Amino acid sequence: MLAVADLKKSFLSPEGGRVEIVRVPAFTLAAGGQQALRGESGSGKTTFLHLIAGILAADAGRVEIDGAEMTALSEPKRDRLRAEKLGYIFQTFNLLQGYTVLENVVLGMSFGPGADRPRARELLGRVGLGHRLDHFPHQLSTGQQQRVAVARALANRPKLVLADEPTGNLDRKHARESLALIREVCRENGAALLLVSHDEATLAEFEGVRDFKEINSAAG
Amino acid sequence: MTLPLLIYRSLRQHALSTIVTAGSIALACGLLMCVWMVKTQSQAAFTQTTAGFDAVLGARGSKLQLVLNAIFHLEASPGNLPYADYEMIKRHPAMKTAIPIAVGDNLRGYRLVGTVPELFESVEYAPGKKYALEPGGRVFAPDAKEAVAGSFAAERLGLKTGDTFHPFHGLAFDEKNQHAETYTVTGVLKPTNTPVDRVIWIPLKGLQTMSGHDPKAATDVSAVLLQLRAPTAGFMLDMMYNKQGNRLTFAYPVGAIIAELFQKISWFDRVLALVAYLVALVAAGSVLASIYNSMSARRRDLAILRALGAKRRTIFGAVVAEAACIGALGAAAGFAVYFALFAGVARIIRTQTGVVLDVFAPHPVLWICPLAMIALCALGGMVPAFKAYRTPVAETLAPVS
Repeated sequence: MLAVADLKKSFLSPEGGRVEIVRVPAFTLAAGGQQALRGESGSGKTTFLHLIAGILAADAGRVEIDGAEMTALSEPKRDRLRAEKLGYIFQTFNLLQGYTVLENVVLGMSFGPGADRPRARELLGRVGLGHRLDHFPHQLSTGQQQRVAVARALANRPKLVLADEPTGNLDRKHARESLALIREVCRENGAALLLVSHDEATLAEFEGVRDFKEINSAAG
Repeated sequence: MTLPLLIYRSLRQHALSTIVTAGSIALACGLLMCVWMVKTQSQAAFTQTTAGFDAVLGARGSKLQLVLNAIFHLEASPGNLPYADYEMIKRHPAMKTAIPIAVGDNLRGYRLVGTVPELFESVEYAPGKKYALEPGGRVFAPDAKEAVAGSFAAERLGLKTGDTFHPFHGLAFDEKNQHAETYTVTGVLKPTNTPVDRVIWIPLKGLQTMSGHDPKAATDVSAVLLQLRAPTAGFMLDMMYNKQGNRLTFAYPVGAIIAELFQKISWFDRVLALVAYLVALVAAGSVLASIYNSMSARRRDLAILRALGAKRRTIFGAVVAEAACIGALGAAAGFAVYFALFAGVARIIRTQTGVVLDVFAPHPVLWICPLAMIALCALGGMVPAFKAYRTPVAETLAPVS
């Protein structure tokens, strides 16, 4: 499902030199699999996810998602692949504040296979927000906003869901509930899940958690 | 669905700047349309307003002043001409109709013009259109102290058939200069949408012999309105009166003389048009500035959309389309501005000259201007759109781990 090989990314440092943030010789995730990566802040986890999602262009290496080589595609094709095969749950949810709950989900779909309002409603119902479709994000609690983000990430029936510290902004009780929901909905939709976090309580919910340091050999 | 939603929500989110910007575009668009329409319509109306006459004969002086005085009932008369000159030109074989007029009095600012009943009986003021009176009215008798009121003057002065009035001396109203004669209104003309509507017509003799007027000029006329049998006669008479003679002025053709006036004041048109173009440019610039300034606040939203799979060109298109929508909103509101401005200007022109401008008259500028404004706004939107196009997704979404 996801295969990463010799992936490298470095950034220009303020001093003028280049700092390597990601160097991942190999990483794979099977279809429908769920993998958690443990990593401290600044370890390059988010950059790694951005490279997988094609939001950032890699300096070298390859990322293959469901048979398509993301790193070899032009930017418009990467955008298309991201819209069709990837779901992304951000730590800060990144909901569009000026759009309703339903529009946030539908808009995410419209860049991929196309807007499907019944499916968006169904998913929002599934995450317990069927009665909040016309609300705006600022009218929701943090936990509810996170559930919108989950529904949006899964709306396009993605093959892979990337979750970046998805419980980072939630209290313990809501974090646990939210995580269970993400895993369950991914399972129901047959999506693989790659989650990165530094929160031990979150990681404790997963089996076979890997340290990001193990797979990322970048010096920076 | 995506693009309309993106545009709609963005406009809603920035409702205040949307309204202010659209308002400035509405002003620009309305002003441009108004300047253009007033210019073209008034030029057409004035050059076509001949009251059905081809030429005017009057005292030696400016042709333009003669036409303005005799046809538009503006300006002072350049002087009088003896009745014999009227009789002579009336008998000229090239002459179809010759109508004498005399001016010099008013009724509360509205001109009294002395003429002959033939004006209302045989002259077509526009092709196929003769003067008609409102029901119950009749033309004045040539020797009676009677009057026929133009529709606009009657409306403003509240005159109706059977009413009486005392004229005032001079072309400008001065209540101390009231004549002793009493005139009776015998009819009110139906609207002609020409300067005739602003005039109160009385018998020629009545004006010539009004108390207080110079008895030596009791047979003089102010001008003679002429219909020619053939245009060639106009050039012949022009030669006779203007080049060979030095006592009278033959103003021919009437439309061309007014067109000359517009040519003389065309610089004013150009200044107005330039101001309107500048206003349009400033309005388009305000769209640019308004959207550009909101870009910082929108960066995160744009990055989120890109992260969700929106292509750069989708984002670029959405911002350009948003600018075009602001332009379209402004252009739509511009019609309200146009109608209001035009109605005001048309009212002033009608009051001052009797010429009627039609606010609903179709003209290409009424679709060219709004479309050009929308295009200009879209063009202005390209600058912020390019900024949006270049939004760095990962950097804007700021890695937090």
